[in-house]
Amino acid sequence: MRVQLIALATIVRKEVTRFFRIWTQALVPAVITTTLYFVIFGNLIGRRIGEMEGFAYIDFIVPGLILMSVITASYTNVSSSFFSAKFQDFIEEILVSPTTNMVIIVGYVTGGVARGLCVGVLVTLVSLLFTELRVHNFMVLASTVFLTAVLFSLAGMINGIYARTFDDIALAPTFILTPLTYLGGVFYSIRLLPDFWQGVSLANPILYMINAFRHGFLGVSDISLWSSYALIFGAIVFLAWFCLHLLNRGHGIRT
Amino acid sequence: MTVALAISGLQKTYANGFRALKGIDLEVRQGDFFALLGPNGAGKSTVIRILCSLTAKTAGSVRIFGADIDRNFPLAKSFIGVAPQEFNASLFETPMQVVLNQAGYYGIRRPVAAARAEEDFARLGLWDKRNEQCRTLSGGMKRRLMIARALVHRPRILILDEPTAGLDVELRRLMWRFMTDINRRGTTLILTTHYLEEAESLCRSIAIIHRGELVVNTATRELLGRVDLETLVLELAAPLDQLPPSRFRLRRVDATTLEVDVRRETLLNAVFAELEQSAIRVIGMRNKTSRLESLFMGLVQGNEDSTRAAAAALSAAAGD
Repeated sequence: MRVQLIALATIVRKEVTRFFRIWTQALVPAVITTTLYFVIFGNLIGRRIGEMEGFAYIDFIVPGLILMSVITASYTNVSSSFFSAKFQDFIEEILVSPTTNMVIIVGYVTGGVARGLCVGVLVTLVSLLFTELRVHNFMVLASTVFLTAVLFSLAGMINGIYARTFDDIALAPTFILTPLTYLGGVFYSIRLLPDFWQGVSLANPILYMINAFRHGFLGVSDISLWSSYALIFGAIVFLAWFCLHLLNRGHGIRT
Repeated sequence: MTVALAISGLQKTYANGFRALKGIDLEVRQGDFFALLGPNGAGKSTVIRILCSLTAKTAGSVRIFGADIDRNFPLAKSFIGVAPQEFNASLFETPMQVVLNQAGYYGIRRPVAAARAEEDFARLGLWDKRNEQCRTLSGGMKRRLMIARALVHRPRILILDEPTAGLDVELRRLMWRFMTDINRRGTTLILTTHYLEEAESLCRSIAIIHRGELVVNTATRELLGRVDLETLVLELAAPLDQLPPSRFRLRRVDATTLEVDVRRETLLNAVFAELEQSAIRVIGMRNKTSRLESLFMGLVQGNEDSTRAAAAALSAAAGD
């Protein structure tokens, strides 16, 4: 047990050191992008839009923008880090050691969560330049952002396990993650949509996370809180099991 | 004597049907300095990768100091350190970070690992580079870093995959001294190399793998005892136009160089006495190839000949 705890601490330290070493790539771009969102959608266009669900438009989009940056940062951190370790073969450093597959997963996911939360805090600080944040329920807010970061770190790890080229790392964020996030209610309430598209939107898992997070800030949500938690927990359990299954089979890392 | 490594019936068939190992049986005793030899693609690396869990075996068993890799892999892994031929650490980390992280994966606390890293870096001549990024290291430094990393958890078996390939003479000698030293301190060493004179001079036991099969596994001394014919290269004091009549198999390479084939039981004094009679003065002598190299080529060639003969027999049978 002590061996595994030291191994876990080592992976986490290595991962955190890695993204702080490349902070200009890992932390700054998310801050710049969301600042542009705040300026353009929050201030310039937002003033003309008026209120959404009874809140100023910038207040409505802030939770979604924070969570969007957390999702992207968590996902890309683990997918790129794990794939780099595979690509340069230094994943073998861990594979030859007694470190268990579960510890490998927890270590990489913790690294992804750490980067996601760092980016989330930075984006939140930037948002304070544009609006005053209110917190309706801190526990909901904190648990949602943490669990979402865990979920997308696991998803990033699966991407990293399957990836064979650097292009494979970019595919999922470009063609799956970004569209789902944009259509996940960051910029609008799904109540504005026709019934059919409201139904379609309910199939988007990111909608549940953004709404739960918005509930933590504003106390309003298109989705019931418990549905959101159930979906996030269910997805985490499934992805964690799948990730462990892939590593136990040696998929992409053992011949 | 305790058995450090026991391999029995080890087989590996890849998904494409290629049989890399066809049933290897091998034992390495504790404290041995063991050479695992074979031509490229023979299966040496597959054996090593199975030992450290990077490749899954198809059949057979492997026990490392009694720990079966199927039943207690974490314990078995803790006994082994591997220095691969190719550099496989992060290029953006420093040697110190690489070694400390590796220690962490084995559950060794950082202060203990740092003390060990300092000791090994000093012995391997890496101390000055410990805080430089790995991408700035030369090929020789990277090779030594792989060894320092493999040693940090103080394994009972150290596997070195071609540790001296591409190194200059000075570095190669440093590596030889280092390997001999850690072997004397009690670490079992398994070495793969293409420099057969290295295996001949350092290792006490030798196994040769060819086409996924073990063709030799014995003590170095016993193996070298099988060498019957050696070719000596003689450097002459004065040019020689024509070979004198001789009862030995002399060949003229150039005006001042002769080669002579001698059997193991032949007295070299007799060769020199005959050259003396012909007024040929020898100022230098060396073996044309290492004894092990002769034997290795014979074994590998012999194996290929027998494979070809078997294939020919099969073709003939099919033709019938």
